[in-house]
Amino acid sequence: MIKTQKKIPSSEITDFTAFKERRKFIKAMLATAASASIPSAWANNAKPNAWNLAKSDLSNTALTPTPIELVKNYTNYYEFTLNKEDSTKLAQNFITDPWSLEISGEVENPGSYHLEDILRQQTLEERIYRFRCVEGWSMVVPWVGFSLANLLKMAKPLSTAHFVKFTTIQQPETMPSQRNNVMLEWPYVEGLRIDEAMHPLTMLAVGMYGDILPKQNGAPLRLVVPWKYGFKSIKAIVKIELLKYSPLTTWNKAAPTEYGFYANVNPDVSHPRWSQNSERQLGSGFFTSRRQTELFNGYGEQVAELYRDMDLRHFF
Amino acid sequence: MDIQIKNRKLVTLVVCLIPLLWLFLDIAFGNLGSNPIQALHIRLGDWSLRFLCITLAVTPIQMMTRWRGMSDYRQMLGLYAFFYATLHLLAYLVVDNNLMWSIIGTDIIESPYIWFGVVAYLIVFALAITSPKWVMKSMGKSWKKLHRLIYVSSIAAIIHYFWQLKGNLAEPLLYSIIIFFLLLFRVLLWKTRHELKEMMIPKGYE
Ligand code: HEM
Repeated sequence: MIKTQKKIPSSEITDFTAFKERRKFIKAMLATAASASIPSAWANNAKPNAWNLAKSDLSNTALTPTPIELVKNYTNYYEFTLNKEDSTKLAQNFITDPWSLEISGEVENPGSYHLEDILRQQTLEERIYRFRCVEGWSMVVPWVGFSLANLLKMAKPLSTAHFVKFTTIQQPETMPSQRNNVMLEWPYVEGLRIDEAMHPLTMLAVGMYGDILPKQNGAPLRLVVPWKYGFKSIKAIVKIELLKYSPLTTWNKAAPTEYGFYANVNPDVSHPRWSQNSERQLGSGFFTSRRQTELFNGYGEQVAELYRDMDLRHFF
Repeated sequence: MDIQIKNRKLVTLVVCLIPLLWLFLDIAFGNLGSNPIQALHIRLGDWSLRFLCITLAVTPIQMMTRWRGMSDYRQMLGLYAFFYATLHLLAYLVVDNNLMWSIIGTDIIESPYIWFGVVAYLIVFALAITSPKWVMKSMGKSWKKLHRLIYVSSIAAIIHYFWQLKGNLAEPLLYSIIIFFLLLFRVLLWKTRHELKEMMIPKGYE
């Protein structure tokens, strides 16, 4: 069981230098994780590194990861800026130490946990997933993390838990859009149905490319739901609530006709203003065609069952 | 005098190519960021819209500054709007989609924002092919009517811009404001001319 902490501001109870050590801590975890060789495709693509991560059957090892520089410098992080390339610099002041995660709602074991304590309970795996943005581009990312289900099981969801709500941190000192009320209602909120959240593909990531997550990519803890559009994969999570009813998610609230709760990748269901039939894969050269978008982003075999008998046009 | 005008035109011709040169340099030095294909495409679209605005601004600026020479450049500026729009379209067809017509077809049909781009382009295309002096002469009055469609084209281009947006509305808003004032200027001008005309017609002859 994860250690439960009383809700004393964590800065008061813990030696600050200990938090500074998180980077080392995760690196050490990465190093000691069950050994398996890094997929050769990735080894050729990224700077060589020595970590051996647990191999996951859920990883698309056949895919070649996108060069890391592209993934690090093309992020939609509206808390910082609406520009995908300016977020890299703007996110650098973001404070990720200390970090705690609250798990509450319809669970037997609610609590607030230090990220380090959570990570001690989990085996970190590397999973290569395709990541498809609703804007019509995609990339292939080797995430490092664990199945969300493993964490939820420890909190023991009650039978009344039908949905999971995720909330990003409110840190207006470092997040200009939160400070100035730009564009959306803050903090950012996302949600999943409980069966989606418990699906083994759904992961919480703390790293990518064998290192800890860069701040602009959602450090220190983000969701990755590979069969859904990227905006579902909420960054910098501080709260996970299990709910009886569906939460109202940020984009769905802001533009309900454009962004649904499900947001499953589907080439046949267009966004009202643009087609979702094809996507530009980052890293592909000039004069290469866009790739045909796949239903459920190529994860149909694993997840189509969740939506059996559902009209995907209606529940977009 | 004539040579001076010719030189000035040549300078304008070359200056208007700077955005393209700049784009080539950015491609050569890999300065287009993580999604260079989109960046290239967007750059060309932006310049096309900018040239549309500049072309529309010629008459108002000329009237306000009483600098008569500017209308000599209107044709060239308009052709540059067409030029960059054509490159924007070619970038879409060739650089982005590698002429995969099935993907292109679906994309255009399913993306309403592109319909407005197509409308904007068809108009600019029609204006470009009717731009030579001899075509203008042979078309008579209908030439002017046709070329007024540049306003429709710029409005379509603005809608095209707004509708593809995912986040930042500031830039298209700026262009909308510019085009709004350029249009307003024309409407006011037309009204005052109309009123002047009425004033000049002697009573009883209406
Ligand atoms: C006079 C004609 C046109 C003008 C002035 C124009 C202008 C623009 C502008 C200003 C943008 C937005 C750039 C930005 O985000 O800053 C844009 C985007 C775009 N245009 Fe056009 N356009 C024209 C015609 C067309 C045509 C004919 C097509 C395709 C058949 C097209 C396809 C696109 C696409 C796909 C985008 C979205 C780029 C992206 O975000 O990936 N445009 N255009």
